[in-house]
Amino acid sequence: MEANALHDLTAAYALDALDAEDARRYEQHLARCERCRDELASLSDAAGSLAYATEAPMPSPDLRARILQQARSERENVVPLRPRWLAPVAATAAVAACAAIALGIWALSLSDKLDRRNQALSAQQRINAVLTDPNGNRKRFAGDRGTLVVSTSGDAVLIMRSLAAARPGRTYEAWVASGKTPRPAGTFEGGADVNVVLLGRRVPPNATVMLTLERDGGTDAPTSQPLMSVENTSRS
Amino acid sequence: MGEYVAMPRSFAHLSDEAVVALVARSDEEALAELYDRFGRVAYGLARRVLRDDKLAEDAVQEGFLTVWRNADRFMPERAKASTWVLTLVHRRAVDLVRHEDRRRAEPLTDAAEPTPSDSAEDDAWLRFERERVQAALRQLPDQQREALELAYYGGFSQSELAERLGQPVGTIKSRMFAGLARLRELLAEPGHGEAAWKPTPFTT
Repeated sequence: MEANALHDLTAAYALDALDAEDARRYEQHLARCERCRDELASLSDAAGSLAYATEAPMPSPDLRARILQQARSERENVVPLRPRWLAPVAATAAVAACAAIALGIWALSLSDKLDRRNQALSAQQRINAVLTDPNGNRKRFAGDRGTLVVSTSGDAVLIMRSLAAARPGRTYEAWVASGKTPRPAGTFEGGADVNVVLLGRRVPPNATVMLTLERDGGTDAPTSQPLMSVENTSRS
Repeated sequence: MGEYVAMPRSFAHLSDEAVVALVARSDEEALAELYDRFGRVAYGLARRVLRDDKLAEDAVQEGFLTVWRNADRFMPERAKASTWVLTLVHRRAVDLVRHEDRRRAEPLTDAAEPTPSDSAEDDAWLRFERERVQAALRQLPDQQREALELAYYGGFSQSELAERLGQPVGTIKSRMFAGLARLRELLAEPGHGEAAWKPTPFTT
């Protein structure tokens, strides 16, 4: 089949409307064609939305139990990573790259993935990218109150457990200091069991990340002693 | 609130993509969370395709186990986690319906009665989403809507559709593409964006 004909299969593939042979050819094409990957990602979201147009009765409660039981039985040789938040991701980028072709849409070469890392992503995607960076740096705050995760690109996520909600009129503010001057890196309210915060500023190697309590809206420079701080030193 | 029993608070503030990242680390609770978020919609979809409760449950089970086995291959840059999960369930449902060849004898209207869940909030949200997507579908030209519905809900391949509708395959391809592209536009119109993800406000 000609490449042009393969481009035209994107919508049908997104709808699962190709027969097996065409689907296989299209997936092979997809591994080489960035245009189709982009188009497919976008059309697949539209196709997936069609799922929501159906009536959705509750499935039997047994179904949930069966799925979880089967999943557990398949996991037998996998050692649980603890604590789960802080563990490095098992999958390397190389594994992801090798596994990609079978799933078509999720397929990306390693270089392609790296190219895209710097493109604009939503906050949640960026958080996910930081948390799943196999070479990311993880530093704990003293007292095990939380962890700073810095990806290889410098994007950083704070994960804090049991951080009480800021008092009314106050907010937590994060700071990044690579020289003497701390620069503001975002405000948040806390209060969740686990607070996951994407910093609004990259964290260079050896920079210090601090947390203070400030008035609502945040400030340009810290007005109080840091509640906690940690240095982004490389792993020993 | 009763919902917290089904949705542990440690997950409630996580994005779908973050939950999938935990599933990739073989976290069973994260898989349960993902099921609680999408199991019902996935089941509704599989049931619409397969028209059989038992087969629909099989498709959902296989789809979620595929999620479990392959979560480390999910690339959040490429797709929403919800799309990924629903795609895997849909693909399984289509495989089953083609194998069972159940499609032709039955009409493609959906007469299922929704069953209330134990969460009024879920019900309201699903109803809102259903009406939103149905409204967008109604705005498509008839032939485009027909192609999308027969393909996605009916499980017909493009060549089967061409035969059924007495049209060249190229025409069917064009209708599917135009229909999906238009649906994408309609769903992206202002006021219909994704819900904001609350726990990560930041300022610079």
